[in-house]
Amino acid sequence: MEKVLLRDGEITLHTRERSNKWQMYINIKGTDVFVRKSTGTSNLDEAAKIAGKYYDQLKETANIANNSASGVIGWIDARLPILSFIRDHLTQYYAPKNFNFWYFFGSLAFLILFLQIFTGIFLAMHYKPDAKLAFDSVEFIMRDVNLGWLIRYMHSTGASAFFVVVYLHMFRALMYGSFKKPRELIWLFGVFIYLALMAEAFMGYLLPWGQMSYWGAQVIINLFTTIPFIGPELGIWIRGDFAISDPTLTRFFALHIVAVPMVILLLVILHLAALHTVGSNNPDGVEIKKNKDERGVPLDGIPFHPYYTVKDFVGIGVFLFLFALTVFFVPEMGGYFLEHANFIPANPLVTPDHIAPVWYFTPFYSILRAIPDPAFGALAMLLSIVVLFFLPWIDSNPIKSIRYRSTLFKINLFTFVIGFLILGWLGVKAPTPLYSALALRFSEMYFIFFALLFFYSSTRSNLFSYIFSGAIIFLISIYDLSRISADNYIIVTVGLMSVILFVIFMTLSPLYSSLNKEKEVPDRVTA
Amino acid sequence: MIRKISLFFIIFITTSNLANSAAQKNELASKYEANISINNKASLQRGAKYFVNYCSGCHSLKYMRMSTLAEDLGIDEALFSQNLLFNNKKIGETMTIAMKESDAIEWFNAVPPDLSLTARSKGANYIYSKLNTYYQDDSSATGYNNVALPNSSMPNILAGLQGERKIILDSKENPLGFEKVSNGALSEIEYKQLTNDITNFLVYVSEPAKLRRYSIGFWVLMFLFVFTIIAYYTKKEFWKDVH
Repeated sequence: MEKVLLRDGEITLHTRERSNKWQMYINIKGTDVFVRKSTGTSNLDEAAKIAGKYYDQLKETANIANNSASGVIGWIDARLPILSFIRDHLTQYYAPKNFNFWYFFGSLAFLILFLQIFTGIFLAMHYKPDAKLAFDSVEFIMRDVNLGWLIRYMHSTGASAFFVVVYLHMFRALMYGSFKKPRELIWLFGVFIYLALMAEAFMGYLLPWGQMSYWGAQVIINLFTTIPFIGPELGIWIRGDFAISDPTLTRFFALHIVAVPMVILLLVILHLAALHTVGSNNPDGVEIKKNKDERGVPLDGIPFHPYYTVKDFVGIGVFLFLFALTVFFVPEMGGYFLEHANFIPANPLVTPDHIAPVWYFTPFYSILRAIPDPAFGALAMLLSIVVLFFLPWIDSNPIKSIRYRSTLFKINLFTFVIGFLILGWLGVKAPTPLYSALALRFSEMYFIFFALLFFYSSTRSNLFSYIFSGAIIFLISIYDLSRISADNYIIVTVGLMSVILFVIFMTLSPLYSSLNKEKEVPDRVTA
Repeated sequence: MIRKISLFFIIFITTSNLANSAAQKNELASKYEANISINNKASLQRGAKYFVNYCSGCHSLKYMRMSTLAEDLGIDEALFSQNLLFNNKKIGETMTIAMKESDAIEWFNAVPPDLSLTARSKGANYIYSKLNTYYQDDSSATGYNNVALPNSSMPNILAGLQGERKIILDSKENPLGFEKVSNGALSEIEYKQLTNDITNFLVYVSEPAKLRRYSIGFWVLMFLFVFTIIAYYTKKEFWKDVH
């Protein structure tokens, strides 16, 4: 129910009934300016009286929102559109009201970005980018700089936390179809941010100049040297030397603290600008802009501020609690966040017993190692990241949210996540024959996930299903046939058969069951 | 050429892991587990004393500032200067040593490593087992060998305290245990306590901030806990009218 209480020129004060209480709103030139003020009563006459008392105060707020503020803010606003910015992106930016747990990770990633920049500035004050001094300067920070250990642990834990949050953020997009039309650009900018983040983390990891810094960088830079024709020259160009040495360290320092962070900040701005243009997706995958009230406000939308700002503070609180728990009590995270061998200064003459990249790279490292030929391994790894860019066009199923998609889609996403985690785990392990076989199969599963997403984009005919299934099986089998021998036939056959059975089940069961049946998407978001 | 090198690295990484993990599986050495408690100041003080007396002739702690050490271990600076400072050092300096690397190579055929970070890179148990698994070996230049780090060029500095020991091998030449040849100045329990104190001290040295970060961390967590609760109820209040 709605009732106009006061009219004053172009300003209208009206109330709306919410949870049996009258709530006051101000409407200017036909647009609702949200002024959250409950009168605290269900009696309309009483509400009108209370509203009258608040009127001047509300009018003031409304005026500010109407770009006609006075004083310092007015002076600035006449020269810089701060108020309209606040309105367009916070107080009148409408986000779906049904965000759940998974929607915390965007703002958390934003928080970590600033945390990393902040701690990074302090680290750069004491760090020395010189192959002879770098390791010592890090220990100097850890021991002699006031709270240096805290700054350093926040930065090192922040790097891992960044990836945890970004992976969860990407998983959310996969679950609720947030990459789909009209949000393709948001997704593309996001994947670019992820790539820039990987570059940033990789170059940052060289800076402590420990054994793992050195040998980890050695492995990654050697990937570039596998590129045909230009590889060797490219390797020298990246390193600035024939081996990783002082010039490599200084250029990585420059890129890590200046170039890449600027790129990331720019991409984040583009990511958010694109998001605010089309608006957020939600767990139901329903476009809230399709259902608007007479004032043009989405019926299922609520202003980002104050609703999601106060909600994000809860997420920030929980996140910072876990973050502090790590920083103060387990900063090494059992050798996953800070590797033990990195407490030995870099030594080009001694290869560590076991080179493992930091955990956030390990799934891709597993894909790299799954193929023995380094050039093809590197190609597979490259492909595993490049494929992400095409996701909006691979999965063109109009249903966005996992809630209304088929059982097979859910199985596909579930096996993908499990497979990705297993690949990550395998990446820190020394490759035994069994582990190598598992890495190969889960690498295949990684790519099959995308093939199946394409397959489930629409209802497929019998013929298409059989051809599609046969094509995948053929592609996997020719590789295995080329390498099968008397020594490995058991492990190859068992592995190959498992993947083939999975593919057959995922592609052919829609023909004989209702496993690929999708649910009807509601018109409005559900609570 | 570089292609081949890169291929070599990838193969090397995959194979070297296998070789090393097999070689490192030294069951006897892994039986020695240190009992670490860096809040035990008495143990840290004893460890510091033993380290300065027995180890610091050859091993530096080049990142450990002595003033920090004195403060963290609760040792009065005057007392520290009298007992633990050598070579006309100032208390604000770090624990470097006077031995030249060229001399070390002449004497031991190796440079004794700096031990500031050994507890972080190799673990406390590595230090503890290294100090506890020396045995007589005539084929070695020092007359001793070690189970945790075979064929190390470090002499058995603590032999006088521990006593002489021989190794017991099984039929496949795997080490099983030790046999006492002569008693040392310390009993078996006293010796383990001494090596444990040294290990504990080196764990502290590897990260002095550890003494501080637990107590600060507790208050940070308390604050964040209260913050989150307030944030939660604020959110609940603001969201009352959303259905």
